Amino acid sequence: MKIIIAGDGKVGAILTRQLSLEDYDLTLIDENPRVLESTEEMYDIMAVQGNCATMEVLERAGVHEAQLLIAATSADEINLLCCLTAHGMNKNLHTIARIRNPEYTDQIIKMREIFPLSLVVNPEKQAAAEIERLLKYPGFLKRDTFAKGRVEIVELRVDEGSPLRRRSLADMDSIVGCKVLVCAVLRDGAAVAPDGNYTLLEGDRIFVTASTDTLETLLKNLHIITHKVKRVLICGGGRLSYYLSKRLEKSGIKVLLIEKEYERCVHLSNILPGVTVIHGDASDERLLEGEGLENCDALVALTGLDELNMVISLHGTISKVPQVITKLGRMDNTSLLDRLPIGSTISPKHLCSNSIVRYVRALRNQTGAALTVHTIADGYAEALEFRVNEDTKHVGEPLKNINLKKNVLVVGITHRGEHEIPAGDSYFEKGDTVIIVSSGVVVYQLNDIFEA
Amino acid sequence: MNYKMIGKFIGRIMLIEAAFLLPACGISIFQGEKEAVQAFAITIFVSAAVGGLLTKRNRGTKKGFHAREGLVCVGISWIVLGLTGALPFFLSGAIPNYVDALFETVSGFTTTGASILPEVEPLPMGMLYWRSFSHWLGGMGVLVFLLAVSSGDERSKGFTMHILRAESPGPKVGKLVPRMKQTAEILYLLYIMLTVLNIVFLLIGKMPLFDAVCTAFGTAGTGGFGIKNDSIAGYSPYLQNVCTVFMLLFGVNFSCYYMLMLRQVKSVFKDEELRLYIGAVVGSTALIALNLRGMYDTVGETIRHAAFQVASIVTTTGFATTDFDLWPTFSKTILVCLMMLGACAGSTGGGFKCGRALLVFKGLRRSVREIVHPGRVEVVRVNGRPMEEKVLANTNAYLAAYALIIVFSFFAISVDGFSVTTNLTAVLSCFNNIGPGLEAVGPTCNFGDFSIFSKLVLILDMLAGRLEIFPILILFSRTTWGRR
Repeated sequence: MKIIIAGDGKVGAILTRQLSLEDYDLTLIDENPRVLESTEEMYDIMAVQGNCATMEVLERAGVHEAQLLIAATSADEINLLCCLTAHGMNKNLHTIARIRNPEYTDQIIKMREIFPLSLVVNPEKQAAAEIERLLKYPGFLKRDTFAKGRVEIVELRVDEGSPLRRRSLADMDSIVGCKVLVCAVLRDGAAVAPDGNYTLLEGDRIFVTASTDTLETLLKNLHIITHKVKRVLICGGGRLSYYLSKRLEKSGIKVLLIEKEYERCVHLSNILPGVTVIHGDASDERLLEGEGLENCDALVALTGLDELNMVISLHGTISKVPQVITKLGRMDNTSLLDRLPIGSTISPKHLCSNSIVRYVRALRNQTGAALTVHTIADGYAEALEFRVNEDTKHVGEPLKNINLKKNVLVVGITHRGEHEIPAGDSYFEKGDTVIIVSSGVVVYQLNDIFEA
Repeated sequence: MNYKMIGKFIGRIMLIEAAFLLPACGISIFQGEKEAVQAFAITIFVSAAVGGLLTKRNRGTKKGFHAREGLVCVGISWIVLGLTGALPFFLSGAIPNYVDALFETVSGFTTTGASILPEVEPLPMGMLYWRSFSHWLGGMGVLVFLLAVSSGDERSKGFTMHILRAESPGPKVGKLVPRMKQTAEILYLLYIMLTVLNIVFLLIGKMPLFDAVCTAFGTAGTGGFGIKNDSIAGYSPYLQNVCTVFMLLFGVNFSCYYMLMLRQVKSVFKDEELRLYIGAVVGSTALIALNLRGMYDTVGETIRHAAFQVASIVTTTGFATTDFDLWPTFSKTILVCLMMLGACAGSTGGGFKCGRALLVFKGLRRSVREIVHPGRVEVVRVNGRPMEEKVLANTNAYLAAYALIIVFSFFAISVDGFSVTTNLTAVLSCFNNIGPGLEAVGPTCNFGDFSIFSKLVLILDMLAGRLEIFPILILFSRTTWGRR
């Protein structure tokens, strides 16, 4: 399948990495020849230099043979024009546009009706939704839902005081008092698919599958105290802060927003009447303390600079703010981040590219495609949900008799609305949904997990 | 430096070479050439064993592979290719001196076609086949072949770009399609199709099958090893004309053929490099034909010889239908100039490349204009598209390296005591991968009389010329082998 990606920025680069691993023929368009050259040296793709909204450049990129165009340049207008032009040249083309301006986002549904857009992505809006979920269910580093919200894969960190520390996975169920399954462990920047004898150490990040009902038991027994967030301090007044403030305001949470630029403050207070907008430098310790950092239930660092966000979050952790969330724009050095107490991290570009990858997979394989796909463990593993249909092999056989590929794990089976954490005797039937976790193996269909 | 990855590549190259030696060995078995069979068998065994060992030892390596590794990998691969490929000649006693055998083989792989043999006809047929086949393999590139056949097991294969850049000639190498494997496949498919077409046309002219295959290999790689002592002179005018046409075809950028396949005829004929190339060929042929008035019996014969020699030199093939050393100085000068111009970028030909000449000329024109209007800002365009400043700077650097290597080699071989013309054309001919030069290295003579030192210099020149200097130059740089 031929895909054209317009814009070799942050999202473009992640998409290139993801999609080139999955055997798509990629053509990348960007105006900057230097960026293109380095991407071309890293991945097996073709690069075209020029303005992606012009017919000549699209022609050179092979728009007539392409099936999908992803427009992810920095300008919404160019993205839109690019999609329109390309669709005009090839009527069968699917188009995905990144639209970030809140003014456009508000009219997105109408825009999709009149413009030929297959999907519109907005990294900041997605990130805002994700942060809101994190604030409502604290204690996780990250959380993904499957089976219409009945099953979760949560990311937890084994801290110094954790009861899981230096215990093997076989003891897990008795410690947490409910049935869960550890599907991946991230240690020193590498993902491991653990077995029962695996011993957890401090600093490990573990990915646990559990049904939503047992989530509370799990949290309680791991001494992760649930508290209700009432007051949130947001640093930085960008688009993401706007979306987040709006959401939090709606659910009755008090928001304080610190922004450096005066003009922006005026604008923000204009469009967010219920939010306390403060003009000041978020890296200023005295300002944070003066605004009552200690009394906040959560601190969210959303400035444009990763370094500043990390410093702000460190400050929050030291001041014992119960929950700290850090936005990161470049997530490449994550092995370093594991050692820093900066709370949960969130990366808008990763969220955005995940949703695009999901769309691409669905497009490639209209039948039998995954219902949901989540990237976990910093992209080292993937959790996918499939429905068992008549083509699926090994229906009704106990799992212990099925020969699965290496690095693939069945972590959940939902049978007529009942979720089960699978054991050796578990089996699946037609109509069930199955959640699998795979690291390294690319899975397009459920049958891909079985050893041939 | 990622030695493991390089080791793996070299191992695979040796395996491929072993596989390609098999047909040559088969021909020798069929012809009952006992010594040749023995030499081939030993070479195949050694090459396969070493190659297999290297591939096996260096399995499953994931470390970084950067521009430096790509260049070093290509440089070493070609040297290994030459060293191994020379063994059959040496072991069978066909060429008793190993340096001579190496010269012959490197001349083959680099598609030079310069020989140290005064007579080629006594060689066993298997050896003749291997000599010509090395042209074919070296023309498009062995590592490109490896890219075409290798399975996609490496996860991110972007590094293959470094290899394509290092092995394919031209100032700006790009892919035809997004996938490297497919790009390499398309290139080799076009190459094979053109070669088969060439063989068919030669067979129509009643050339024996073996001769046709070997001549086509020499033409396709723009190599120039003949299997007859008098090169192509002994064949009929029709066959000579077929060779002229096909030499010129193989000197065209292969992406032009791909564009033709996509029916983008217009953009092919608007290609500035192609126009320069055609212009150079037609112009030189006309001038030489005028200059040669009366030397041959008919006007037709004059034009035929002029066109053949021009095609042979500009595509850096090196076949000959007549001894052009006997031509007047004006004609010889044109040929020497064409030696340096070379064929199109992205073809199998060597030389400085028309595309580069175009860039250098346009850059120069801009500099002159800037003298007139000091504040003038101008973008250099090729085919209507702006050329990046980096490409222009690289081209100028290439020109400097090109000139320096010619000067150094010219000095180095001058100790042998041949005339200035001989030495200069010997260097030009080897460095531009042509084959024959003038005077003592003219079309009827050979390189056998040079000293061993000079031969080694010329061997390096051939490699540097084929790989566009930098993959060979980088092997001699100390920073290459140091820590990063």
